[in-house]
Amino acid sequence: MKRIRLPLTQSAIKKLKVGDEVLLRGALYTARDAAHKRLVEIAKKGKRLPIPLKDETIYYVGPTPAMPGRPIGSCGPTTSSRMDLFTIPLLDRGLSGMIGKGRRSKEVISAIKKHNGVYFVAVGGAAAFLAKKVKKATCVAFCELGPEAIYLLEVEDFPVIVAIDSKGRNIYEKIGTKKGGRKKAR
Amino acid sequence: MRRIDTKRVRAEISRLCTTANLKLRPDILSAIKNAYRLEKGRAKNLLGVLIENSRIAAKERLAICQDTGMVEIFLEVGQEVNFVGVGLKESITAGVRDAYAKGRFRKSIVSDPIIRKNTGTNTPPIIYTEIVPRDKVKVSTFIKGFGSENKSQLKMFRPTATIDEIREFILKVAEEAGPEACPPLVLGVGMGGTFAKAALLAKKALLRPIDKRNKSSHIARLEKRLLKDINKLGIGPAGLGGKTTALGVNIETFPTHIAGLPVAVNISCHATRSAASIL
Repeated sequence: MKRIRLPLTQSAIKKLKVGDEVLLRGALYTARDAAHKRLVEIAKKGKRLPIPLKDETIYYVGPTPAMPGRPIGSCGPTTSSRMDLFTIPLLDRGLSGMIGKGRRSKEVISAIKKHNGVYFVAVGGAAAFLAKKVKKATCVAFCELGPEAIYLLEVEDFPVIVAIDSKGRNIYEKIGTKKGGRKKAR
Repeated sequence: MRRIDTKRVRAEISRLCTTANLKLRPDILSAIKNAYRLEKGRAKNLLGVLIENSRIAAKERLAICQDTGMVEIFLEVGQEVNFVGVGLKESITAGVRDAYAKGRFRKSIVSDPIIRKNTGTNTPPIIYTEIVPRDKVKVSTFIKGFGSENKSQLKMFRPTATIDEIREFILKVAEEAGPEACPPLVLGVGMGGTFAKAALLAKKALLRPIDKRNKSSHIARLEKRLLKDINKLGIGPAGLGGKTTALGVNIETFPTHIAGLPVAVNISCHATRSAASIL
């Protein structure tokens, strides 16, 4: 198990290999479908983005509202592929890390390689478990979007697995593919 | 006639929505625990996280999953029941609204598929009503997340399609669902009827405990065979490899037309959430 501090550094990213289990500590941003759409619209117009992207990590999540006295509600990852359309412009602007669940497009994998980025996966559906790893949550942009707003999260020992590393190696390549289990199933 | 005040319906819907969001179904939890005993390495650890997740959810009243879903309500209304008070639909909607406000569950419903403005209450729910004999009302709430819902598929087969072709299709749907649908999956399959009926049967199939097989022996055999085949895909917990790609396959059937054979597959995740009671 590796321990990594956020924001990520270029050298820390280079050391991460596909399949590595990592505990994250530090600050990251949340964003899902609606926030991605808005960020990319703002970027296309050449305007200033409401959050810095350089070396930052975005977690694809729409949490449940927090109970009184807690920082956040349940907060497991959402499907990353829905963000694929918007990911490359964000990587172009310095984004380094992403956390979600599931596969990414070929284009996103190439862009991760090109920009020395990393894509982590968190355990889909382990939302109450992951809530315990978040120490603080502050809405920083698009707050009117509710669960789809951008929050700055402080996390501690947040468990993730490297799914695509900076060399473009992809954890899903060999899992459950037609080359693998499918033929046996027939 | 037996009179039931819709206030009772409202309270019961709220209670069931809350239970389903916080407590994993016993059949699902026990299937995850069985899989935990079977797996090794990373797959075992990931299933351990899911078991721990369900424990935290129930103990701390945190939703099992942040996607607290679109609510689907199945009502089996005895024909001798007379609902009194506020309208039934309004009462059910109010029950959902109560549960999501009080439980601080995520509001995930938008009022229009194109304009996409959040209704802020997680309503409306989708209500299916069936009239049955006698004077009881069975209320089932189904909380459906969209990570898995998005992976569901329907195919209109030729009436002469072989059972192998149908198995191959269902297997393909499970394979395409992959890591995004939060495996280990539960598959609800509907066969027969029409386009809409097959989809509804697939959904209803997910309400049946996964340790109960279909009453028809040929369908029960198909359920068992499919579960075995899906678990050979190697997708595994969280889609990161392993023997447990699905926890259960439930199939429901209905008579159909001489010219067709609709097959619908409703994909559900390891947090297949439903709760039911009788009024």
